[in-house]
Amino acid sequence: MSKEITLPTGISEAPPQISESRRFIRVFLNRGVVVFGIVIIILFLVTAAFAPLIAPYDPYEQHFDQSLHMPSKAHLLGTDTLGRDTLSRMIYGTRYSLMVGVIALGIAAVVGMILGLFAGYFGGWVQATIMRLMDSLMAFPMILLALVVAGMLGAGLKNVMVALGIALVPGYARMMCGQALSVKENDYILAERSLGAGNVRIMFRHIFPNCLPPLIVMITMMMGTTMLAEAGLSFLGIGIEIPNAAWGGMISEGYKYVLTNPILSLAPGLALMVVVFSFNMVGDGLRDALDPRLRGTI
Amino acid sequence: MAAYIIRRLFLAIIVLLITTVVVFLAMHLLPGDPILLKMTSSEMRQTSPEQIAFLRHQFGLDKSLFVQYYDWISGVVHGDLGVSILYQDKVTNELKMSVPITAHLGTLAEVGGFIIGLPLGVICAVRRGKWLDTIITILANLGITVPIFWLGILLMYLFALELRWLPVFGYTSPFDNFWLSTRQLIMPVFCLAVFPVAAIMRQTRSSMLEVMRQDYIRTAWSKGLRERTVVTKHALKNGLIPVLTFIGLGITNIIGGAVLIETVFNIPGVGRLMVFSILNQDYPITQGITLIIATVVVLVNLLVDISYGWLDPRIRYT
Repeated sequence: MSKEITLPTGISEAPPQISESRRFIRVFLNRGVVVFGIVIIILFLVTAAFAPLIAPYDPYEQHFDQSLHMPSKAHLLGTDTLGRDTLSRMIYGTRYSLMVGVIALGIAAVVGMILGLFAGYFGGWVQATIMRLMDSLMAFPMILLALVVAGMLGAGLKNVMVALGIALVPGYARMMCGQALSVKENDYILAERSLGAGNVRIMFRHIFPNCLPPLIVMITMMMGTTMLAEAGLSFLGIGIEIPNAAWGGMISEGYKYVLTNPILSLAPGLALMVVVFSFNMVGDGLRDALDPRLRGTI
Repeated sequence: MAAYIIRRLFLAIIVLLITTVVVFLAMHLLPGDPILLKMTSSEMRQTSPEQIAFLRHQFGLDKSLFVQYYDWISGVVHGDLGVSILYQDKVTNELKMSVPITAHLGTLAEVGGFIIGLPLGVICAVRRGKWLDTIITILANLGITVPIFWLGILLMYLFALELRWLPVFGYTSPFDNFWLSTRQLIMPVFCLAVFPVAAIMRQTRSSMLEVMRQDYIRTAWSKGLRERTVVTKHALKNGLIPVLTFIGLGITNIIGGAVLIETVFNIPGVGRLMVFSILNQDYPITQGITLIIATVVVLVNLLVDISYGWLDPRIRYT
């Protein structure tokens, strides 16, 4: 069987070929704010990777004689109540934000996508069971769901990641289910089945990759949301435990000294906001670039 | 339509039932003992294992999970949500005190979100690409990004501690002291409204842009109608339908935000009660609150779905 498909005459005058990857990059980098987001995210990743080299001080070293110092040359963002350098703590904080974001999202994406894929592919009672369960989880605000799980498991890094991971599952499952429902109706799936492919092969080799683009956008967007939720949990005292340098916990600790040293709270909050904003903007850019309706046009 | 509504109501009840089971299991299967958490360490030393067993028996914690769930759910059907382990008070009484407060805050924030977000979205869509659109869009993107508890701390620092324009925190019923109540509400409501305003604005903008591309809008322009007529009479009506979805999403979001904002501003609403009851593993209260929240969210989403068909005659339910 030949793989070549010859077009009947008349249709051969196809629009000029535009390289898919070049188009993607052009649309993706079209807006300044997306480029800004990419730069910030790269900075964020570099900071997290090389925190010990960048941070001027040890984030856990206590100097009681330097408690609550205002910003100065020695301590650019001042010191907290135990005399620890705020800037160094923020730099180390990138590690927690990143770790929580990546692992919680990873748990949610894997579990959610598999559930959604099964629900969408098999339909019927499988779909009904899985999706009703997801609906009932979605009846809660995400942070409340995470709060219930984290509250039961207890505070701590590992539990926060598990709690947020569980709380994010329904979103992925619903998205994947919708995608799988529409992708499985395509003729190439029918063709694959007529060639004798099994369910697992069709699901993971053919349906799954075709469902990915909107999910990639969702993962990028959710990175910011997850980091915000982690900060929220830490703020409520059910997140990463106190001595660890995490942004949410730092905001919460600084809250007590907001009258005298507002920077203790304001600086980590601002950093969090900038990073979340960047992930959202990059997600926006990805969505535009992956939008199939725009394919071949710009 | 009637059949559709009945089927959706039936599904909503199933979803709520599953929700109660999930929350119930989560609370009871995960480690931790509310009776021990309730006691101070000195109390614990004086309490014999028999007394603890008696307390567990009193709250029904020694029965099997299935029986406990059955007891709870049959109470719920009769309007009894059980007794709080921590406060030794009926859960319904605790909820009667806290729900109106959160409802007050939340309604103001949601209504504010629509009043401010909608016109901004329309303006941005009509003036697409102009400086006003650019500024508002960036602000909206920041609005969906800002950690609201942090925003609360920032506002508190600026307007309450530095400028001393507003009271630092607390809540007063508007029926007791309207002026103080309003002043206390400004900052928390603002924080809660930031996300709805921003999200409604983004949604309105994109759905209006979609509508403005339609043929019937071109027809309206070519008839020589004024811009205001085209926008308000022809585009707006259709552009607003997708925005409706946000009512449901907004409520979930505001409840989630209330948990944080009520903690920042020390407001005795449902959110703070929830945090407190979870930290102390007060099962009955947590279950009661989650049931109420889930019911509200499911019902609102149901109403939104039904109103879709009423607003858009092209949608027919089968």
